[in-house]
Amino acid sequence: MNKFWIIFCHTFITKIKAKSFIVSTIIMMVLVLGATNMSKFIQYFEDKEGPETISVVDESGQYYPALKQQLSAQKADFKVTNAENETAAQSQEAKGTISGYLLIKADAQELPSGVYKSETISDTTVSSQLQSALQQVKGVLATQNLNLKQEQIASLYEPVKFDIVPLKKDAKTEEELNQARGLVYIILFVIYFSVLMYGNMIAMEVAQEKTSRVMEILVSSVSPVQQMFAKIFGIALLSISQLALFFLVGYASFKKNLESIRETGIPFFNFDELPVATIFYGILFATLGYFLYATLAAFLGSLVSRVEDLQQTIGPMTWLVVIGFTLAIFGLGDPELSFIKIMSFIPFFSPMLMFLRVGMLDIPMWEVVLSIGLLIGTIILLAIFGARVYKGGVLLYGKSSSFKDIKKALSQN
Amino acid sequence: MVLEINNVSKHFGDFQAVKSLSFSIPEREMFGFLGGNGAGKTTTFRMILGLLKPTTGEILWDGRKIDYSTSPLIGYLPEERGLYPKLKVKDQIVYLARLRGMDKALALKELEYWLDRFKVPEYMNKKVEELSKGNQQKIQVIASIIHKPKLLILDEPFSGLDPVNVELLKNAITELKEKGTTIVFSSHRMEHVEELCENLCIMHKGSPVVFGALKEIKRSFGKKNLSIHADFDLSFLKGFPGVLKAKPTSEGISLQISGEEAAKPILHDIVSKGFIRKFEIEEPSLNDIFIEKVGAAYE
Repeated sequence: MNKFWIIFCHTFITKIKAKSFIVSTIIMMVLVLGATNMSKFIQYFEDKEGPETISVVDESGQYYPALKQQLSAQKADFKVTNAENETAAQSQEAKGTISGYLLIKADAQELPSGVYKSETISDTTVSSQLQSALQQVKGVLATQNLNLKQEQIASLYEPVKFDIVPLKKDAKTEEELNQARGLVYIILFVIYFSVLMYGNMIAMEVAQEKTSRVMEILVSSVSPVQQMFAKIFGIALLSISQLALFFLVGYASFKKNLESIRETGIPFFNFDELPVATIFYGILFATLGYFLYATLAAFLGSLVSRVEDLQQTIGPMTWLVVIGFTLAIFGLGDPELSFIKIMSFIPFFSPMLMFLRVGMLDIPMWEVVLSIGLLIGTIILLAIFGARVYKGGVLLYGKSSSFKDIKKALSQN
Repeated sequence: MVLEINNVSKHFGDFQAVKSLSFSIPEREMFGFLGGNGAGKTTTFRMILGLLKPTTGEILWDGRKIDYSTSPLIGYLPEERGLYPKLKVKDQIVYLARLRGMDKALALKELEYWLDRFKVPEYMNKKVEELSKGNQQKIQVIASIIHKPKLLILDEPFSGLDPVNVELLKNAITELKEKGTTIVFSSHRMEHVEELCENLCIMHKGSPVVFGALKEIKRSFGKKNLSIHADFDLSFLKGFPGVLKAKPTSEGISLQISGEEAAKPILHDIVSKGFIRKFEIEEPSLNDIFIEKVGAAYE
């Protein structure tokens, strides 16, 4: 068997068998399951407590039925009861049968005004629902006082028609953009997470081999370049397996919970069919980003003599990833900024920024091709340069961890 | 298959680690490579292995350069011991052996043989970090010889081993030599070199200060050691003609003299002074030669 494959398999198998890897995979799967089942958890706890009850003290007696009707039309998630007066409501509250009460008074024009008293006023869902219901009641009464006809009232309340139409033919509609934003956000996070985590894993692997001095034996039987790429590909396979597992678990669980997630009304999750193009670009940019940063990580890892120095040495790489991610999150809100556009051509940022643009906007093909070309070119350059540094670096031991070492490593060849 | 080192120099920036080194080692020979710390031994080994490129000169083995295509024929025990601490001995050795072109099943069989031979068969499934330093050393040695290399480079193979294990290892490498392996090894322990090598080279600051066959080196050194045990005070011998160094011992004195001739007047002089229990002229030890040559160069 080719030495490349021996190292490739060895890297993959020892990593996948490592306890730390298994434990972190399980933790991540639990998190994925937790996130996709979030709506269930929320419902579960809510159902247990049962709906809250709110007392309404309506001194005039004329508003309560209308309010109750309005609340049930709104599908409010609490019940209301009528209380004789405030003292009665207070004693109910003290017994714990209700969680708050609403005092309704009539003003000079016979219109209602309300005061909501509750033990906790941090939960605004109840109070705002009460308020809007009361608003409706007031509106109906006020219009009745004006002797308007039913049709007049209806036309008054009809919401204005307001559509957003993009001028460009292919531009995404606001709704589409929102859906894209959710998916792009998730994939951006996956790119960020995988580049950072697996890049670190490679740097750590190289640094550990160097620290444990196994490197010298390895380097005498396999060329450093072959070694470096076998490792990068081995960890790539590992990351693909791990991410595929997360996706399968996440997707299966997501599908199962689709109905209850819809009910929560979070726009994020409202994509019915996965847009294939976005997923494709996501995988493409994640892969390219991985290879870019993995090469960088491998050669930076080869420069340190002690694992303790590793974080310091790969610091600049981590910063690049974090800056790229921050820009991308910033760009999610306004992907058309020319600043984002310019940055998306810089290879260290393009895995995230160009993906963001391609996922959110309709940009000319040449831009995508150009940025992918630049990215691949940088990967190749970095690989050639990195391999040279790696070759010298793995034999270099010393306390320093500065970038002078790159020069020193190169002079070893 | 001869290992030839032709006029090899290596610079690291301004620093010259090895200065025009030349020697050749025939097949089936054990060659001792000595030198103080920083003498350029490890750099030379790395150049032989092709890990470093000589600045000038060339290194040929069997008439060709050593590169990754010859790696199955080469064994290397680096000075800084290193194995994967978290891997089991079995996985570790099999992995390293496969990288040297060995088949997995054969590597396992050979590993069993060597663990038995080094009297540690129970380590097969242990993690390296659980072993003592000396036992890790044995595993490391196995990693360097398991594929029956034709050229074996051992950088300080005996460090950290107790006398029993030193003996086991000596037997093992002598056997390899007899089967046709060329062995280059470095050591700080002169007695090991004296025992095992026919030819040697003492390096100092990148240059060979002593080179050749062991017997020849000793003979040409000229100086002899004289050990005398007597009941009376021998310290007056310090000023005797032909005496270069004198060191009192518990039972008498140990002298370094310019040659055998210088011993005669000493003997004449002391027989009249009292009873002499021992009077012996010894060949200089490699240790003496090393200290003399390297020490002199330090001064």
